[in-house]
Amino acid sequence: MTAELHIETRKQKLVIVGNGMAPGRMLEHLFETTDQYEVTIFNAEPRVNYDRIMLSPVLSGEKSYADIIIHGEGWYEEHGVTLHQGDKITEIRRHERKVVSEKGVVAEYDNLVIATGSNPFIIPVPGHDLPGVLAYRDLDDTDGMIKAAEEGGRAVVIGGGLLGLEAAAGLKLRGMEVTVLHLMPTLMERQLDTAAGYLLQKELESRGIEVRCEANTKQILGKDKVEGVELADGTVIDASLVVMAVGIRPNVQLAQEAGLEVNRGIVTDATMKTSDPHIYSVGECVEVGGMVYGLVAPLYRMAKVAATHLAGASEAAFAHAETPTKLKVTGCDLYSVGDFAEGEGREDIVLRDAQRGTYKRVILKDNKVIGAVLYGDVADGAWYNQLLTSGEDVSEMRETLIFGQAYQGGGQADPLAAVAALPDDAEICGCNGISKGTIVQAIKDKGLTSLADVRAHTKASNSCGTCTGLVESVMGLTLGDAFKLPEAEGICGCTTHGHGFIRRMIKAKELKSIPAVMQELEWATPEGCAKCRPALNYYLVADWPGEYVDDQQSRFINERVHANIQKDGTYSVVPRMFGGITTPDELRAIADVADKYDIPTVKVTGGQRIDLLGVKKEDLIPVWADLNDAGMVSGAAYAKGLRTVKTCVGTDWCRFGTQDSTGLGIKLEKALWGAWSPAKLKLAVTGCPRNCAEATCKDIGVICVDSGYEIVYGGAAGLHIQGTTPLGKVASEDEVMETICALTQYYRETGFYLERIYKWANRIGYDHIKEVAYDDLEARKSYAERFRYSQKFAQIDPWAERVAGAEAHEFSPMATLNLEAAE
Amino acid sequence: MNMQTKNWIDVGSLSDIPRQGARCVKNGEMTIAIFRTADDRLFALEDKCPHKNGPLSQGIVHDGCVTCPLHNWVISLETGAAQGADEGETASFPVKLDGETVLLGL
Repeated sequence: MTAELHIETRKQKLVIVGNGMAPGRMLEHLFETTDQYEVTIFNAEPRVNYDRIMLSPVLSGEKSYADIIIHGEGWYEEHGVTLHQGDKITEIRRHERKVVSEKGVVAEYDNLVIATGSNPFIIPVPGHDLPGVLAYRDLDDTDGMIKAAEEGGRAVVIGGGLLGLEAAAGLKLRGMEVTVLHLMPTLMERQLDTAAGYLLQKELESRGIEVRCEANTKQILGKDKVEGVELADGTVIDASLVVMAVGIRPNVQLAQEAGLEVNRGIVTDATMKTSDPHIYSVGECVEVGGMVYGLVAPLYRMAKVAATHLAGASEAAFAHAETPTKLKVTGCDLYSVGDFAEGEGREDIVLRDAQRGTYKRVILKDNKVIGAVLYGDVADGAWYNQLLTSGEDVSEMRETLIFGQAYQGGGQADPLAAVAALPDDAEICGCNGISKGTIVQAIKDKGLTSLADVRAHTKASNSCGTCTGLVESVMGLTLGDAFKLPEAEGICGCTTHGHGFIRRMIKAKELKSIPAVMQELEWATPEGCAKCRPALNYYLVADWPGEYVDDQQSRFINERVHANIQKDGTYSVVPRMFGGITTPDELRAIADVADKYDIPTVKVTGGQRIDLLGVKKEDLIPVWADLNDAGMVSGAAYAKGLRTVKTCVGTDWCRFGTQDSTGLGIKLEKALWGAWSPAKLKLAVTGCPRNCAEATCKDIGVICVDSGYEIVYGGAAGLHIQGTTPLGKVASEDEVMETICALTQYYRETGFYLERIYKWANRIGYDHIKEVAYDDLEARKSYAERFRYSQKFAQIDPWAERVAGAEAHEFSPMATLNLEAAE
Repeated sequence: MNMQTKNWIDVGSLSDIPRQGARCVKNGEMTIAIFRTADDRLFALEDKCPHKNGPLSQGIVHDGCVTCPLHNWVISLETGAAQGADEGETASFPVKLDGETVLLGL
């Protein structure tokens, strides 16, 4: 009796070793059903739980670390979980039911879960321990590769499997030369047959990645760091980075030392229990039913089984199922599932289209689908997997099977129809094992209307994201007209590609003209439109300074005539006043210009300068000539580029000023003027935290304090209002200059056209930006240098150029007719 | 009707107009924009968007259309009609080339 009471009042202690995706998912399931546990996690990595599948998009630059966090700090707090980050368990005292950590923390447990995952296998060739040899396993490896890529040079990736190829593609997009070494005759031989492997190799080679199959690494060369790789046949390949992606080994050391039954992995029964009834194991470290797993879907199934057993008696058991393979390389579509080795009694159905570079193969045995390999056209992957799982007899549709689901029973080739035809138990999200029925039910029960809702409630499309289209189709079917499919991600009607993809391709394929981009990226229109052309022109200006010739006809009128068009077709003219400082002579010249050209409105702007409104187009050149003569240049008030640097009077006059904010503002504006950026860029420097120059709502701001300069960015004060976020503090004006040049350049290189700096920062992550433009001094310096280089070609006053005769056709009519005379 | 009063007036040479661009011809109170496409076809429209009279000559020229600089209406160079969901039409004029000479029909 007392014992029972005792159990009810005291929470049981659950200790978890490891904080990867499997235990994270296990806890989610556990907290849904019970709060009987007090949970403690020890994580050797100094981080919260993040999505390892998404490291490849982080490497390629499509996502940031912030995007791939699964459980933020708040989640642990909310569930009362104690998380020891960066502390590794070194010993399990099974007889005492205690674990001991490296830092000396001792924790008692009622139940223990070992989720130590796996270690990358490093081939023990000479030189494998040189600096510059990396595995591809966690965020540190990914960061290491990104850093190495910034230095340029050649990366050699050893291993042509899933991870190796994703690493190769990412490094190529980061601008490195890349060679893939693969021991076997074709790439990804465990997931693909030789034909699909060949197509994949061709695709990678067309992207400039060198692929060497049957390449046996003899040694890694280099004295203090990697310099090259020598193959068994004597070939030497220069390399500044070597990535080993040759496989993983379950990390069983801790379990082994604790005397648990260990084979290839930590042996568990189908309930995920190890040979000790108080110890469970989940994840890549596990061997269950004689199998070890590395893809996320089975790991998540383990997590669910373990959670149900931890919550109480249960029938749940882990069972093996085929997991489809997909490669996360943008533009390389492949899908494989099941068994596709040649064998007795097996039939192949193959469809090739050399023109489109597609290949489909379905493997049958006893009139049932046992495997499928798809390359290039993977739309029917889910359907073949469904046929495989259900074990349905396909003899009726054998003739048309290879053409896909849309061709069965005379159905139309409508993607929604294909999804409508799927049964409720068809798996939509392979990573999370979410069926169509589950999604439909959640939409109906919870009134979900957006993809984000569905992700939050069902987890579907929440991991690798390749099923997003399918999930949207299910939503479309369930909600009918209430659901609008998000518009194709294309930047305009001329293309299906998004900004990120286009920017990467411009660099990766070295596209240096608008027609080249349109040709290579298969624009749907011959000349583009008023949306995409200015974007492409900006990307090319930003990416190829000194090489690309600005296409005036792809610029919006304001940037073509260097003035702002007004509603009546006249223009406004704003000369630059560096840091908001002017002189009596400048003011006199402005007054004279206003009189001479009958300019109706003279207005002081919010950016501390003077706007002349209502200038006729024909008068622009003479107005500029007069302003130039008085020493003034274009203020670029029309530009997607640097606008103003607003200042206060700082130590020159103000009794509260802590630094020379005016002087610093002028210096910044002198360094930054002329720069084009994704959207307009406005700065301010304020002499003390009283913030008279309003630096904390600018794109980039500097707040002077006694001890130095606080740099902030990402403010907005337009349709959307938001304060800035700190980037970091520096001690000297030189550091302010370098940091702001680096930040601006990073924005210029990765921003989407018309994306203001706060939106950019929201998208790619404030932490990440801080790392690049502030923390990492090397990166900061190199971005600032690139900015200064690009400025060499940008700091030319466009007014003076045009006064001297450039683009003369813009400023005068072609002809003035006199009708009477003509007749 | 038009045929009777039509005069072909020399307004300049082809090279005066940038490809994918336009130049204006002042005709009394009216301004006529002459557009040159990427493939050297010429079109003439009154320089007034049917929406809010924006100067079409200042817009971006693409695929036989011009996008008005004020509010992004897309106008067909051939017919002067607004494209897509917008409705309205700008006057168009005949224009042709005689060798390098641009002739505007008024």
